[in-house]
Amino acid sequence: MKFTIQVNTGPYTHQASDTAYQFTRSALKAGHSIHRIFFYHDGVNNSSMFSTPPRDDRNIQHLWSALAEQHSLDMVVCVAAAQRRGILDQKEAERHGKPAANIGPNFTLSGLGQLIEAAVVSDRLLVFGD
Amino acid sequence: MPVSKSFVFINRKAPYGTIYALEALEVVLIAGAFEQQVTLIFMDDGVYQLTRNQNPAGIGMKNFSKSFGALGDYDVDQIFVDYESLNLRGLTSDDLQSLTNETTEGIEQSSIKIVPRSQLSDIIEAADILFNF
Repeated sequence: MKFTIQVNTGPYTHQASDTAYQFTRSALKAGHSIHRIFFYHDGVNNSSMFSTPPRDDRNIQHLWSALAEQHSLDMVVCVAAAQRRGILDQKEAERHGKPAANIGPNFTLSGLGQLIEAAVVSDRLLVFGD
Repeated sequence: MPVSKSFVFINRKAPYGTIYALEALEVVLIAGAFEQQVTLIFMDDGVYQLTRNQNPAGIGMKNFSKSFGALGDYDVDQIFVDYESLNLRGLTSDDLQSLTNETTEGIEQSSIKIVPRSQLSDIIEAADILFNF
């Protein structure tokens, strides 16, 4: 089955991003395909590579980036939601005169059209978080 | 995009207090722009999103309720409001803003239908894609 995953809550406060990650990993292991992972609302914060949890805790951004690297996953962060919440790639940082970019590897900023397109072409859209 | 699917958006939250109502409307407008079949449901505190004469200046927020007026331009003309939710909050159709669309004959008609909850379950049942905001 072809899934699209939507993540709506940020890391650490809620378990939703962890659950989405675990589901994605298990679905791939079971032979399913993941068309796209779309980060919306506070879910965009999962992509920040400035997140620095204690060493004995999981680093959620690292987990997502590594999984995407391993399986060539398309991880899209809503650009409008990201701008509000301070998630920027190099181009956006320069455009808005910000001192640094913080979006992690294998995350891409793009528009909500990517969510609609993914919903249309996937067998199931699964939403994690509020 | 080759296919068009039936998208149902359930709006349950008040317009202010969280960002869900505003960011839901952004998804709805994009779905409309992508020529999908879009149906909106307003229930629970979500019915407040459609109230007329909103003025959130006192809490430092922008009144985004005028953007609902653009829905007709995106062919989003199926808007269902849960009667029980309205009634519980002491609201009637007079408290809601007017949202209209044009028929193929060019006649302007209301996009809002106030329906009992039992009818909403049929709409949800028939959806391909369901978003809860």
